[in-house]
Amino acid sequence: MTGQQALGETADLAVTTEMTVNGRSHTLQVEPWTSLLDLLREGLQLTGSKKGCDHGQCGACTVLVNGVRVNSCLCLAVMHDGDEVTTIEGLGSEGNLSPMQQSFVDHDGYQCGYCTPGQICSAVGMLKEGHAKTEADIREQLSGNVCRCGAYPNIVAAVKHVMSMGQTEGGR
Amino acid sequence: MNNFQYVRAEGLDGAARFVAGHAGAKFIGGGTNLVDLMKYNVEKPSALVDLNRLSMHDVSELPDGGLRIGASVTNSDVAYHPTVSTHYPLLSRAILAGASAQLRNKATTGGNLLQRTRCVYFYDTATPCNKREPGTGCPAKEGINRTLAILGTSVSCIATHPSDMCVALAALGAVVQVTGPGGSRSIRFEEFHRLPGNHPEIDTTLAADEIITSVDLPKTGFAGHSAYIKVRDRQSYAFALVSVAAGLEVTDGVIAEAGVALGGVAHKPWRNSQLEQELLIGKPANRDTYHEFQRALLVGAQGYGENDFKLKLAPVTVVRALEQAAHEGEQA
Repeated sequence: MTGQQALGETADLAVTTEMTVNGRSHTLQVEPWTSLLDLLREGLQLTGSKKGCDHGQCGACTVLVNGVRVNSCLCLAVMHDGDEVTTIEGLGSEGNLSPMQQSFVDHDGYQCGYCTPGQICSAVGMLKEGHAKTEADIREQLSGNVCRCGAYPNIVAAVKHVMSMGQTEGGR
Repeated sequence: MNNFQYVRAEGLDGAARFVAGHAGAKFIGGGTNLVDLMKYNVEKPSALVDLNRLSMHDVSELPDGGLRIGASVTNSDVAYHPTVSTHYPLLSRAILAGASAQLRNKATTGGNLLQRTRCVYFYDTATPCNKREPGTGCPAKEGINRTLAILGTSVSCIATHPSDMCVALAALGAVVQVTGPGGSRSIRFEEFHRLPGNHPEIDTTLAADEIITSVDLPKTGFAGHSAYIKVRDRQSYAFALVSVAAGLEVTDGVIAEAGVALGGVAHKPWRNSQLEQELLIGKPANRDTYHEFQRALLVGAQGYGENDFKLKLAPVTVVRALEQAAHEGEQA
């Protein structure tokens, strides 16, 4: 997938890609067809970002690239040479949760938890964008993140709480 | 997904020459549609030439008072650009009515124009599709066609163009600037996308080795009187069943300028400037005028079963969008 071990006969197509992930620099040999999501999960063992649909429809793979939320499943990793990527692991850590992570805990903003890393990265990105003012705005601007448990009311409450604190987080 | 070569383009000329010289090579912008289609094996490029390092990231004013939007500017950056939201609110509204925030953050202006239909048969490689594999047939006409076209269809194809942004660009009368090995040229928006005819595999009048460098907006942006109405199965993050972009300039109750385009009904944004000249401009801005216009605009519309409802939905959406545009800013 990434690194030297799995390239085999396609090694000549791999492209050197430098990327900072959660503050740590990596120089990787990446096959062009590797998605950013697969690179994160299988190359760098950052399995917080989830593969739900793998087609940009569910938002479970949402990460921040240079501080901007995107669907990592639709990003080719080689196209992110020089970029800074922040995943759910980069927002906070056990015992030191970020405001959005803590708010999801406090407001019970998840049930099975599968969509949660994407929900949180998307919410962090949305607050950085600064276009959401109301609860209706939150619902509209988080519509790219699907929760099949239907935890939406508590997700909105969690995001609304952080929005009311007026803070932003999550990389550059 | 098939294996392919990846090339980071460092210049427009080199990028165009590479694609001209390599069979199956394609350009990539944001990739939100292309990468998805590659995962379904609908698109199988031999090489991808990444245009994101080229200098096409700016929004700048043109000498004639218009606005130039670089091909690499993301859909989000266009929608929230202060000049766009102030002078071309129709474009901002249309963009924000489409996709999700994550997709808009990645998708580019040029790429939005070149996205492919979401017809289920186009995506499903187990079924025939004249757009994906010319000559294999079109199951959509007697099949799943709820989202498909009622205007400008052919025996070969009833696909719709999925973009919201393009519907506004059509109504605004944008111009697409392109460059390639044969030189640079300007394409009027109405001539950029094409009807399926006997070649539904060809979506646009852009050559395979030509690069979109910018989309230019004219000075008139219908800032005072515009509306984008999008009717869809759910309130957010869904493609249009029918959408209408309407812009008007109204002086003393009389229409001075107009631009009206429909999405979700054809292989391209549906606009007819000649009918606007004949039936809107110089006419009173009222419901009778709008009805006469929609009747002429939708002549020849034909349903295919599941999408028959569009024959009733399209006329009322046109009238409602024109009314909303005309009354924009008035106190209720």
